[in-house]
Amino acid sequence: MELIWEGIRNAVILLFTFNAEVIQITLLSLQVSGMATMISLLIGLPLGTWLALGRFWGRGFTLSLINTGMALPPVVVGLWVSIFLWRSGPLGDLGWMYTPTAMVIAQMIIAAPVVTGLTAASLQQLDPRLQLQLLGLGASRNQMVWALWREARLPLLAALMAGFGSVISEVGASMMVGGNIRFQTRVLTTATVLETSKGEFGMAIALGLILLLLAYLVNLALTWIQQRGAQPG
Amino acid sequence: MSSLTEPILEIRDLVVKRGGRTVLSVEHLDVQQGEVLAVIGPNGAGKSTLLLTLSRLLPPDQGVITLRGQPFEAESALSYRRRIGLVLQDPLLLDVSVFGNVAMGLRFRNLPRKLVTERVNEWLGRLGVAHLKDRRAHALSGGEAQRVSLARAFALQPELLFLDEPFSALDAPTRTRLLEDFHALLQATSMTTVFITHDLDEALLLGDRVAVLLQGRLRQVGRPQEVFTAPADRDVAAFVGVETVVAGQVVAAQEGQLIVETSGMQLAAVGDLPVGKEVMLCLRPEDVTLWPEDGLPLSSARNRLKGRIERIIPQGPLVRVVMECGFPLVALITRASAQEMELVEGQAVTAAFKASAIHLIPR
Repeated sequence: MELIWEGIRNAVILLFTFNAEVIQITLLSLQVSGMATMISLLIGLPLGTWLALGRFWGRGFTLSLINTGMALPPVVVGLWVSIFLWRSGPLGDLGWMYTPTAMVIAQMIIAAPVVTGLTAASLQQLDPRLQLQLLGLGASRNQMVWALWREARLPLLAALMAGFGSVISEVGASMMVGGNIRFQTRVLTTATVLETSKGEFGMAIALGLILLLLAYLVNLALTWIQQRGAQPG
Repeated sequence: MSSLTEPILEIRDLVVKRGGRTVLSVEHLDVQQGEVLAVIGPNGAGKSTLLLTLSRLLPPDQGVITLRGQPFEAESALSYRRRIGLVLQDPLLLDVSVFGNVAMGLRFRNLPRKLVTERVNEWLGRLGVAHLKDRRAHALSGGEAQRVSLARAFALQPELLFLDEPFSALDAPTRTRLLEDFHALLQATSMTTVFITHDLDEALLLGDRVAVLLQGRLRQVGRPQEVFTAPADRDVAAFVGVETVVAGQVVAAQEGQLIVETSGMQLAAVGDLPVGKEVMLCLRPEDVTLWPEDGLPLSSARNRLKGRIERIIPQGPLVRVVMECGFPLVALITRASAQEMELVEGQAVTAAFKASAIHLIPR
């Protein structure tokens, strides 16, 4: 119990004294996971829309692959990104291994299926006749998609939250492709692992609490936007 | 009644298939400028397929469709759809304000904001829902939502309006009020309309002409009175409520008055058919009157058949009486009449109907 109180005390001290290293770790976590989520959104939103609205051979199979991808183990992602970015790997010349770029790539691979799958599910739950009605009102293809996104805005925001949640909390891939290098690739999850392995439970708890607070604040903001849209007019 | 002169839409040799099976086949159909064409048929007859095809939301497998003389292919689907209005069975409003919903189609066309506001306000007013302008669409009742859906279509001021059973999901009082308002609106605007329904009353009220679609095929097109009293074939007769349809043969003809023999009986009818012609006799149940077995006074009803009541089926204020008179004959009478005559199943009665009540379909 003493250990837990110490952790909480440490967390408060670290937060309110603006510990430079903790702030750097927190900002990097936010930067890497935020960037990965945004790229996932740029890929997942159109891809999920295409899968939900398109009628083509292999659609069901592709959807099942995407849905499987939603449960992609981060360490497997870390392994394959490492293989590709390793000095002797196909993309080794880029020199991205053990950089935040590699972490963004790994996290993007984790979040993209989540955003894609949930986007497809969000749009598929809309009345399919809505597409006909919008086209019948004179909507172009793009105007129709925009109107459908707007109509499914609440579950789409949930997809975004799920995507962010899946990467801000992952540790395996970030550790493997980032290397947990101090002041370079250390993020809240990898730092927590390191402090725990050193037996610095107080610091680990503090970092864990900051991670939780961060996840909570981001989701609070998104939930606020989501529920604003859900209020009766 | 609107003037029926210039065809705005023409369909020729249209075929639509689904899964290799022909679900719609229309040899010829046209829609005149300013008219309301009611397309009637039972569920699964291909009515909605026809509407979606005409709205260019479903590609036909073959055939030619022209709008103001121009074939479909002459312009893009988007450009064509911006000339029409479409109202489906469910209002399918988006989760925005009522104003936003009615403005949607106008905004798709990138019309100036001022014009959008004017049109939306005008049509919300004409549909009687101006007071709901700022209400969220998903908070509306079924009737209000369908009014907004109609306002959304009318606000586009389309050249052609397509409606797919827009009143079928509403409760009876709401439906009646909305039908009356919609009828008045159609008359005031002379909007060229193709109206899909399975409800015969709606077709009678709204349609300048009625097209009967059965099993994917257009079976008859004509004025409502014509279709309802002189159906083209047995299936149309059954659909439009002509419940007694029996085979017969003309055995005598003189100055338009015919004697038709059926099931060993001779019935008087009116028509211009030669002796020996085989026909189907059609009789609407409301044209049949019932009398006690030997109690029929002298009257203008040329046909009097003795029979026995097989079934009595109450239908609200009316009673459907199925008799066996050598062939099954259906009469529709009021509940009060049935009570007064103390009708029971198995009772012997006399059925009477005028020669002019029989519609003959040559076979």
